[in-house]
Amino acid sequence: MNRIFAILALAVVFAAQSASAQTLKTVKDRGMLNCGSNGTLAGFGLPDAQGKWTGLDVDSCRAIAAAIFGDANKVKFVPLSAKDRFTALQSGEVDLLARNTTWTSSRDTSLGLNFVGVNYYDGQGFMVRKTLKVNSALELNGASVCVQQGTTTELNLSDFFRARNMQAKTVTFATANEAIKAYDAGRCDAYTTDASGLYAERLRLANANDHIVLPEIISKEPLGPAVRHGDDQWFDVVKWTLNAMINAEELNITSKNIDEMTKSTNPDIKRFVGTEGNYGEQLGLGKDWAVNIIKHVGNYGEVFDRNVGAGSLLKIDRGLNKLWNKGGIQYAPPIR
Amino acid sequence: MSIDLPAGSPPARVAFYNDPKVRSIAYQVALCAVIGFLVYEAASNAIANLERARIASGFGFWHTTAGFDISQTLIAYSAQASTYGRAFWVGLLNTLLVAGIGIVIATILGFVIGIARLSKNWLVAKAASGYVETIRNIPLLLQLLFWYNAVLKALPEMRDSYKIPGGIFLNNRGLFVPEPIFGNGFSFVVIAFGVGIVGSISFYVWARKRQEQTGQQAPVFSVALALVIGLPLAVLALSEFPLTFEYPQGGRFNISGGIEVLPEFAALLFGLSIYTAAFIAEVVRAGILAVSHGQTEAAYSLGLRAPPTLRLIVVPQAMRVIIPPLTSQYLNLTKNSTLAVAIGYPDLVQVFTGTVLNQTGQAVEVVAITMAVYLTISLATSLLMNVYNSRIALVER
Ligand SMILES: N[C@@H](CCC(=O)N[C@@H](CS)C(=O)NCC(=O)O)C(=O)O
Repeated sequence: MNRIFAILALAVVFAAQSASAQTLKTVKDRGMLNCGSNGTLAGFGLPDAQGKWTGLDVDSCRAIAAAIFGDANKVKFVPLSAKDRFTALQSGEVDLLARNTTWTSSRDTSLGLNFVGVNYYDGQGFMVRKTLKVNSALELNGASVCVQQGTTTELNLSDFFRARNMQAKTVTFATANEAIKAYDAGRCDAYTTDASGLYAERLRLANANDHIVLPEIISKEPLGPAVRHGDDQWFDVVKWTLNAMINAEELNITSKNIDEMTKSTNPDIKRFVGTEGNYGEQLGLGKDWAVNIIKHVGNYGEVFDRNVGAGSLLKIDRGLNKLWNKGGIQYAPPIR
Repeated sequence: MSIDLPAGSPPARVAFYNDPKVRSIAYQVALCAVIGFLVYEAASNAIANLERARIASGFGFWHTTAGFDISQTLIAYSAQASTYGRAFWVGLLNTLLVAGIGIVIATILGFVIGIARLSKNWLVAKAASGYVETIRNIPLLLQLLFWYNAVLKALPEMRDSYKIPGGIFLNNRGLFVPEPIFGNGFSFVVIAFGVGIVGSISFYVWARKRQEQTGQQAPVFSVALALVIGLPLAVLALSEFPLTFEYPQGGRFNISGGIEVLPEFAALLFGLSIYTAAFIAEVVRAGILAVSHGQTEAAYSLGLRAPPTLRLIVVPQAMRVIIPPLTSQYLNLTKNSTLAVAIGYPDLVQVFTGTVLNQTGQAVEVVAITMAVYLTISLATSLLMNVYNSRIALVER
């Protein structure tokens, strides 16, 4: 029902409102950022028992609030399911979507989104019960696979089997919760989603050790925050917040040393902390926008580590998400 | 300007703008114009805004390749070759399937329970009212989740499938039954079936007429059974059984071949039928109670026994009270089938306003189509029921 209302609201919004291209001003006036996020995925977006949200995407939103308000807590998180997320962004219910969303060409064009970059390089994998004695996804011919609808996962799954002349019996569910429960109840032989999601969902199974993740990664899933078409200034703010976090890691600027860094004489760092140039003003923000991001949220490495990396329950290897000069592909254009 | 008045009515003495008829027509025209204008404004504004945000609009997506799989397809469908339009039809047929079968089961169950609630047998009556009160008061969504989990938990894994004689398998992936493959000459069996139906109807008409004239009853039910079932079976035997079966076969992960009934379908069907039956039972009970007891007493005093009294006197009169609310229960069942989303059954809403909407991003178009479909299904159901109702309605002589 809620969903129908959301869509009716969308129709009404499209019908009534003239597209507002002033998201930054709206957010400032409101004093609060509305962030569309995942409400059930550990490591990316999940509220705890006290209602405190954590996750890589959650911190992306906090960083934007820090850049705008100097306060990382001025964010209202709106939990969205995979299939409802784009409608929520299109209709203006949220200011941005940071919900482990894969950047694809159709989403970037006909769905009316602009992706600001990649905050996690991911790929799709499979999980199966150990008792099946399956060692590779290539052995899954004829298997039943549980999958979540409204995802790239759903499409990749069908591509993967089709390309190898294999058959799958796909059972599609509206939320990850329903899909993983059905898998756990034995409805499917395999469960498939982004590899990061497999790590997180495995923790929710009745007996995590009875399941293994297969080695194959069958797709490219560059996950990143997205905004609506038609507001370049807001697009820039969100994009450069992410870039600032990645650049900070490269410059060794952390939440611990940020105060000393403001006294640095290194020109790159001076531009970053705002003691040289007016890069914050160019974005429509204050001089210390980047300082606030790092002070209140941290650099990309810190955020990765505490949410999905070694400092978290998931313990995912940085892999592709290492910086470009450390063997990975995370790379941000310079601030200058 | 002059107004045509029906012949014979007195000439208008008031100015035409004071004529209440003209006024009411003028108001209605004005109202329609205002509504039309608002709708037009809203639609063109929406289109302009979609364009400004550069979000795709229009119905071009209908012919685009879908690329996703659907677990239950009544018509040929494949992710790589079929379009979003085809996915729409698959979803619609799945909705009609579960709603159609659900309506039949709910009606039968509802009538049995509604009548049982009025039984003089204390236990039967209490059991029936217990059913109604329990089922009516638990949200349908919870019941669906219950049934789905009950189905999944109660059934064994593929390797330990229950094997039912006749090549039937039952496990937590579904019920697998042999699929009949019709060979040459099967068309004679179909023809025999058709002849059986026509024959039964003619016999019924004849038997009725005879009963009206002579009062003699004929064994309509047995004759119809023999014609509709016996005749095709006889032809089947004579033409040396042009019918083979494809049997389900166990594979590494799943059973394949044969007809597959998914657990999602079973759970949704159970849930919808059992829930709606509770409401239908109440409708039936109310309908029967609405027939005055004098009718029953009159029938008894004419020498009719209890079963024919119920069948010939009470139920036909009760039907007049039952049909209108029964129609809304049918509509409810159809609309409630959209809760399929919660248990992964690929109905129209799950497939079309779920996956197709998300993959195309065309919320306005997809939702408009879906609403039009449910409206059409509902109006068609009401129409059928209204036709039936007007046929059985009291004819004043
Ligand atoms: N990256 C993919 C998949 C995103 C996705 O929805 N993943 C699932 C599984 S990791 C999820 O987050 N589910 C949580 C939920 O819906 O509650 C996409 O953008 O389509």
